[in-house]
Amino acid sequence: MISAYPITPQTTVVERLSEMVEDGSLKSEFMHVESEHSALSACMGASSIGARTFTATSSQGLLYMAECLHYASGGRFPIVMMNANRSLALPWSIYGDQRDSLSLLDCGWIQVYAEDAQESLDMVIQSYAIAENLKVLTPVMLNLDGFALTHTYEVLEVPSSEDVDAFLPPFQTPYKMDLNSPKNMAFSSGPGDNMQFKYQQHKAMLDAIDVIRDVDESFFRLFGRRYGGLVEEYRCDDAEMVLVTLGSITGTCRVVVDELSQEGWKVGLLKIRFMRPFPEKEIMELSRRVMAVGVIDKDISFGYEGTVFTNVNSAIAKARTGILTMNFIAGLGGRDISRQDIRQMFLHLQEGLLGLEKNSMQFINLRVAIDE
Amino acid sequence: MSECIAGRAKAPNALTITDKEFFYGHKACAGCGGSVAVRLIMKVLGERTFTVVPAGCISAVGFMYPQLCFTNNALISTFAGTASMMSGIAAGAKALGLKDFQVLGIAGDGGTADIGLQALSGAIDRRDKVIFVCYDNEAYMNTGIQKSGLTPLGAKTTTTPAGRNIRGSRTRKKNMFEIVAANGIDYAATASVGYIPDFLNKINKAKFVDGTSYIHVFAPCPTGWGTPTYCTIDLGKDVVDCGLWYLAEYENGEFVLNKNPKEFTSVKDYLSRQGRFRHLKDEDIEQIIRDRDRKWEIIRKSWKTKKN
Repeated sequence: MISAYPITPQTTVVERLSEMVEDGSLKSEFMHVESEHSALSACMGASSIGARTFTATSSQGLLYMAECLHYASGGRFPIVMMNANRSLALPWSIYGDQRDSLSLLDCGWIQVYAEDAQESLDMVIQSYAIAENLKVLTPVMLNLDGFALTHTYEVLEVPSSEDVDAFLPPFQTPYKMDLNSPKNMAFSSGPGDNMQFKYQQHKAMLDAIDVIRDVDESFFRLFGRRYGGLVEEYRCDDAEMVLVTLGSITGTCRVVVDELSQEGWKVGLLKIRFMRPFPEKEIMELSRRVMAVGVIDKDISFGYEGTVFTNVNSAIAKARTGILTMNFIAGLGGRDISRQDIRQMFLHLQEGLLGLEKNSMQFINLRVAIDE
Repeated sequence: MSECIAGRAKAPNALTITDKEFFYGHKACAGCGGSVAVRLIMKVLGERTFTVVPAGCISAVGFMYPQLCFTNNALISTFAGTASMMSGIAAGAKALGLKDFQVLGIAGDGGTADIGLQALSGAIDRRDKVIFVCYDNEAYMNTGIQKSGLTPLGAKTTTTPAGRNIRGSRTRKKNMFEIVAANGIDYAATASVGYIPDFLNKINKAKFVDGTSYIHVFAPCPTGWGTPTYCTIDLGKDVVDCGLWYLAEYENGEFVLNKNPKEFTSVKDYLSRQGRFRHLKDEDIEQIIRDRDRKWEIIRKSWKTKKN
């Protein structure tokens, strides 16, 4: 069951899906709703009786769903949703940054960020296998950078329906409303019971870590592509400075890391694929091998720092390695992050290591001078 | 009776209604009109019903883990999402090939006329086969008697206090029955827990409608209204007899009045029985009567009437 409300730049997805439902190539109900709140409420309704569901949104729409996001994860409805990452008003902006999904990091959804079109497609398929695993039963938010991934054309491999059906058989769950075995779901609970439910939710998210790896492996066996679990390291083996990325900016960073490596720099990148569950172990382990970690944030928690940085720093603090960390706020409201900008980030890291740069947080390509 | 409904199973009456209880062991207040309505609805619709209840009294009194009071499939929806969750269940059931079931939503006046209105409008627009029941006790009772869009003129609530400057609610009830009709709904009806056979008949009709149904049932609340707990059914009759509520249906694009009293009983008597109206002055009551008369003039002129 697909239920969706249009918002730029998510529209390409729901337009194609409604065409596929119309021409019969996709067997699904397509429900036109009057808001994002209803889109996700309808998905929960369908999921409560054991149907597989999908919705897609972006930005303001994601925030309009905020109540339902917590509701869906608390109700353990294994919904898969595509979110086209887009900036938030005010000022209005249809362009991409990641403030929408990152501001909802605590809503109990698994959050995955795709780098390119192929990974986007593959992760839709993988997301169902992860969400519907009975150890997990947690909804998945698949984040695609708005326009960069939603409105560009790339050559990609589309797996056959037969292979996808083999990988992803129809959803079966005992945890549903059933005419032969009635249940009351989505109930209230008092202080005596509530915390246990919340612990189970946390535990399911932690259990998802192994499931994510297993799903990626079995996906690889069938389709020949794999992405490597919660993170992907790129040229980190002998790196001294590593840049942490999220989403489509990873592609540009790969190019810069290649260029700098050729120039003799010891640099690498760590692509975070899942923000929840968070790759704590992987980041702790990396911090034991490198001298400096920089984090690109296409978001900011006003009055503090980027949210990805906060999460990465927390893991590094637990490793007690005391390495240098820096936060690069970039690309807000769709501002381009160029190869030169990424070079600049590595320069900042190098200056930090040399003790020449004291600020742990930098706004990249801000276009106004900061009065210190 | 419309063509699509004619020939279907008759509504249960006092002799034929099932002894089975589907909403049982809950902790609603003594004399709760809403829980009477839910009990009766479920007896008509039966066990193959998916019930959706948003935040509100019914979910608060019947849905506290592990004491779950519906014997059929049921869940709590978000406050604003009753109708969309119902639609989701209907669509999911269709996708899974389920047969012979009902999807029911039971929301209070706030959950219907205020925060739930947008999603309800969406369900009607899609003509989803679901039954939405509004049990109207004329304020947000679960949160402690605050004014809703269905609180009548002059009623004292905790957010429309009766003081020296303002005497209770300054707004009139939204006309939900005609709002859903204007949405082009397949079947809509008003009812009252004071007229139970009429209510059962309308629930039964909704069962067979191939599209969206809306039933607005008047359900007194002793706790919120300042009335004795044994007066609920009586007040439910009185409100219809004095003309402040009416029993009607909307189907096939037409309004039909089910009960057309020759003479109204006293509005003043109806109001003065309730603590929430005790502060009203004669001029306030006269205004309420003028509103009533204006409404009935329109009803009698433009709606079909049916003897009962």
